[in-house]
This record gives sequence, C-alpha cells and structure tokens, in this order.
Amino acid sequence: MMSFFQKYKLKHYVNYAVIALFTLIFTILSLSGALHSSTQYLLEAMGISMILAVSLNLVVGLLGELSLGHAGFMCLGAYLGGKVASLLAPSLGESSPLTLLLSLAVGGVVAALAGLLIGLPALRLKGDYLAVVTLAFGEIVRVLFKNSGESFGGAQGLATPRFDRQTLFLWIFLSLLVCLFFLQNLMRSKHGRAITAIRDNEIAARASGVSVVKYKLLAFMLSSFFAGVAGVLFSFSQFNVRFDHFDYNYSIEILVMIVLGGLGSINGSLVAASLITFLNVKLADVLTGNLAILQDLVYALILILVIIYSNAPALKNFRERFNLRRLWGKIRKPKKADASVQRDDANDWAEIPTKIPMNEILSTDLSPVDSSVKARGDAPADREEDRHD
Amino acid sequence: MTDAVLQTEQLGISFGGLKAVQNVNLTVKKNEIYGLIGPNGAGKTTVFNLLTGVYTPTTGTFFLNGEELRGKTQEQINRAGVARTFQNIRLFNNMTVVRNVMVGLANRPEYRCSLFTSLFRLPRHFKVEKAMRAKAKELLAIFGLLEERNQLACSLPYGKQRKLEIARALASDPKLLLLDEPAAGMNPQETAELMDTIRFVRDHFDMTILLIEHDMSLVSGICDGLTVLNFGTVLAQGSVSEVLHDPAVVKAYLGE
Repeated sequence: MMSFFQKYKLKHYVNYAVIALFTLIFTILSLSGALHSSTQYLLEAMGISMILAVSLNLVVGLLGELSLGHAGFMCLGAYLGGKVASLLAPSLGESSPLTLLLSLAVGGVVAALAGLLIGLPALRLKGDYLAVVTLAFGEIVRVLFKNSGESFGGAQGLATPRFDRQTLFLWIFLSLLVCLFFLQNLMRSKHGRAITAIRDNEIAARASGVSVVKYKLLAFMLSSFFAGVAGVLFSFSQFNVRFDHFDYNYSIEILVMIVLGGLGSINGSLVAASLITFLNVKLADVLTGNLAILQDLVYALILILVIIYSNAPALKNFRERFNLRRLWGKIRKPKKADASVQRDDANDWAEIPTKIPMNEILSTDLSPVDSSVKARGDAPADREEDRHD
Repeated sequence: MTDAVLQTEQLGISFGGLKAVQNVNLTVKKNEIYGLIGPNGAGKTTVFNLLTGVYTPTTGTFFLNGEELRGKTQEQINRAGVARTFQNIRLFNNMTVVRNVMVGLANRPEYRCSLFTSLFRLPRHFKVEKAMRAKAKELLAIFGLLEERNQLACSLPYGKQRKLEIARALASDPKLLLLDEPAAGMNPQETAELMDTIRFVRDHFDMTILLIEHDMSLVSGICDGLTVLNFGTVLAQGSVSEVLHDPAVVKAYLGE
C-alpha cells in the first residue's frame, strides 16, 4: 500500500481528489434538490475565495512580492466578464455554459493584462513600495468603475445575467481545479523553482541565470488571470456587481487567508480561505443590524490570535507538542519502521519547504538604504568603502 | 592570446564623479587560477560586478573566449559562461540543497523545457526533471553534500554553504568561475581544505578561476597569476612571488 502511494506520488494529487469529491457530493445534493440556496451561496463564496487565495499565494508566497491589489484584478474581471455575459445572454441564453466560458476568458485575459501592467513596476520596486503601487492600482480600478457611467452601471452597479444556481458552484469548483492544476504544475517545475529562487535571493537568482523579468511578469500575469476568473464567477454568483465590494479591505482579507494558511502553501491557502469565508458568511447571517460592525472585530481578533500563536516565544513548547505533522508522524511510525533509509528526493514534494516565515515577506525592515542594496547588488557598499578610503 | 579565457581591455566604471575602477587590463588563461587582491575598497568586487553584468562598464570592454560581453544582461552573461559566488553567501535559503543546485542547472540547453510543457506536465517535463535531479546529485556528491541534499540551504554549516554556492555556480556549466573571497571567515584548516577544493574544481571541471581573496596563504598557495588593485587602478600584475615582493604592493598593504 505504501509503495503504491510512493510510486505514483499520489499525495501530490490529494487536494484535487478532496475538492473533486466535495464537488461531486454537493452536485448530487444540489441536483436532488436537498441543498438550501444559502448553502449554495456559501459554497460559491468558498470556491471563489479559494481561487483568489491560491492565485495571490503565487505572487506573495512564491514570488515574495507583497501585493495589496488582488481585489482590483478581481474587480476588472467581474465588471468585464459581467459585461460580456450580459451582452451574450440574449443570444446564447442566460445559463448557457458558453456565456460563462466566454466571459471567463475575457475577464481573465483583461485581468492578466492588468497584471502585466503592475508587473512592470514590480521589476524595479520592492517591498512596501510595490505594496503601495498595488494598493493604488486596486483603488484606481474601483473608482474608475464607480464613475464609469451608463456602460458599466456607474454607482448602481452592473447587473449580470441570472445563471442557473443549481450548477454555478460546479463551475466555480471546476475553475478552482483548473487554477490548482496550473499553479501546482508551475510550482513543481523548474519554472516554479526559478520563481522561488527570486523570492529567496534575487541577486543570486540573477547571477545564476534566472530570467527575473520573465518570471516576475509570468507570476503577476498568472496570478491576476485567476483573480479575474474569480471576479467573473463572483459576478455570476451576485447577479449584480458593485464596485464597493472590491475595496482594499477585501484585498487584505485575501492576504489574511494566505498568511493564515501559510505563505507558499497551496493546501494551507485552500483550508484557510474556506474557513475564513465560512466564518464571514455565517457571521454576516448572525450579526445583523447594528451588530454587523462586529464582524470585522471577530475577524481581526482571529488574525491577531493566530499570529500570536504562531510567533510568540512563550508558546513555543505548546506549539511543538501539538505540531500536527509531528503527531501524524507518531501515528504513522509503526508502519514506517523499515523505511529508516533516507527516502529518495524524487518523492519529496510534500515536504518541500516552499513555506516561508511571514516576516520575510511582510518585512518591516525596508528602509530605502536597505532596498537599494537589495535592488542593486552589493556594490553600493563597495562605493561606500571606496569613499572612506 | 588564443588561450585567454577572460580578457579585459581598459575596463572601468565611474559612479558620477567617482571613478571606482579604471583601466583594468586582465588576461586569464585557460585552466589558470588567477588572483585579484587589494586593500579594502580597492574595487575588487566592483570588477566582479562588471564582469557579471551587474554594472555596465563606462569605459573599456571585456571578452570571454573572444566573445564581447560588454552591455549584456546578467542572465546572458551567465549563459555565455560566467558564474560567480558572493562575498557574503547568497543561497536560496528556504529551498533544499538539491533545489539550489537545480536552479543553477536550469539554463543548460540539455534541460530545456518550455513553460507550456511544464504547465501541462508533458512527458518531457518528467524526463528533464529526472535528469536534472540526477545531475544535481552528482554535483552534490562531488562536494560531499549528498547527505544533506534534502535539508534547507540555510541549515547547513558555514563551510558547506560556501561549497554549495560553488556547486550552484558550477551547475550552470561555466567557462569562467568567479569566487569572491571564498575563504572569508574560515579557519586555517578549512582554508587548506578550500584550496584543495578549488584545485579540484579546476582539474575536474577543466575550469578557469578568477578569485578575490585577502588570505595571503591561499593566494600564494594556489594562484598562478595575480593582479593587485588599489583605489580602482592596477598597482601590480604578474606572477605571485613577483607581485607580493613588489615594494608598491607592500606599501599599499602595510603603509610606509
């Protein structure tokens, strides 16, 4: 049994299997009419969040650039995809898969082009500076659509076709699987290695012949493509796209998902995105009226607690005792007694530490001097020396 | 002339009014270990940065096996066959040892694998990955790092990190290897070991090596030729014993 798993590296595909199984169960439930519409909405929201989180993780967790404009890409996708859908719906039908697919393509491609646009400054800016650019981008997109007038609905928001509720979440989860397929394959290839090399040490990556320009733009484009796709799906799920949904808080919410899930960890993003969305939707149900304001509080509290838990020195012992991976190792140990030989690294994907501590990306040490050293090699230090001599 | 791997002609760069490096003429022959020394701030690392494309020279030019590399990007120069290590070790810390080397291997023509192939996991992707991993292990075995291949690069001890950096540089199959203070922070025994490693690299990989070093025992032990820089200009050039006994060099290092 073990050898079968090792031979086909099945653990690489576990997340597809879990999502596919999950989708299948809910599709059957949905088609048999056993699914309440609020549950359907919850599933849709979870699927969209997962796409967003996984795609943002490519830029933040793997490329190591802090992007605060993910909602902006999503907004572009939502508006343009929604517009295309409302243009196509009269001729192709409101619930036609073709309408959906074409809008997905348009929304994704437009968002990817915007990603290229944001990727260009990312070649020169680092850390907080890039974060500010992406933040501004998100706000610009939102305000543009707010003031777009008739064509995109302006302050009213854009009405989108009424897609069949029974099958929409199926489409969302299919998109999620496609997104996972591309991003995981990218990560597990030499191209993904080049991207993580840029994250770990850009200067060394350049010197090792990694084409930093190509890979940075690639990461930004792929990430924003899937953000655009998520936006289109969102517009189908809402029937009405409103600009105020895509403010910077939403970008930060996606960022929180991947920080909780572990930067660089795709499965972590999936779990964290679904949990946070679940919590958000449930809280929105419970906290109505004046209490609605508490939603943000609960959410912030969770974030603070998790960060304290994962960083506080005082909790170190506790963390080690309840380390899930270690506990799992204990349970499995009896079976592995003969496998004491060092395992071959052809199988090491699951243990590849692409995860990095969040302080390495969300770094506070970004004084201009430091970033100029980062961006221009170790030479400025040389210049200093030259001067003093 | 024909066997010169690296040739620089009047190489220089100025930052604004500051002439960091001027008129450096170097000729490094095939299979030579050539030393570049000089007091702190003499411009040694700047020369490396010029040779690897971090900076574009403002004057002069340089050739690798007769091919002019001035004005090319770091990536192009790396592909042309110049690999380097850094004064302060720069590894991909959050990646495993074997993956560090595989990043270096990626540009070799035999491991070419398009993005499309990787994204759709076509058969070539698996073939290339397998071949790269085998090659990386081979390199790691040479440097005695095979046991540690699944560890994070940052968890290696200092001496092994240095070795890994050299292994990564060699992974790109260079014609010229630039070592920036390889013995920095090493004790005499480790330095002796490093000298063996450098000689071994030259013989086994048929390599030409240009190195910056402050440790005179290492320099006099393995270098075939030497250039001394001071204030960005060449102070002395020639064989090791000649240069180290040059009164101007002694003065630059020890003062009057």
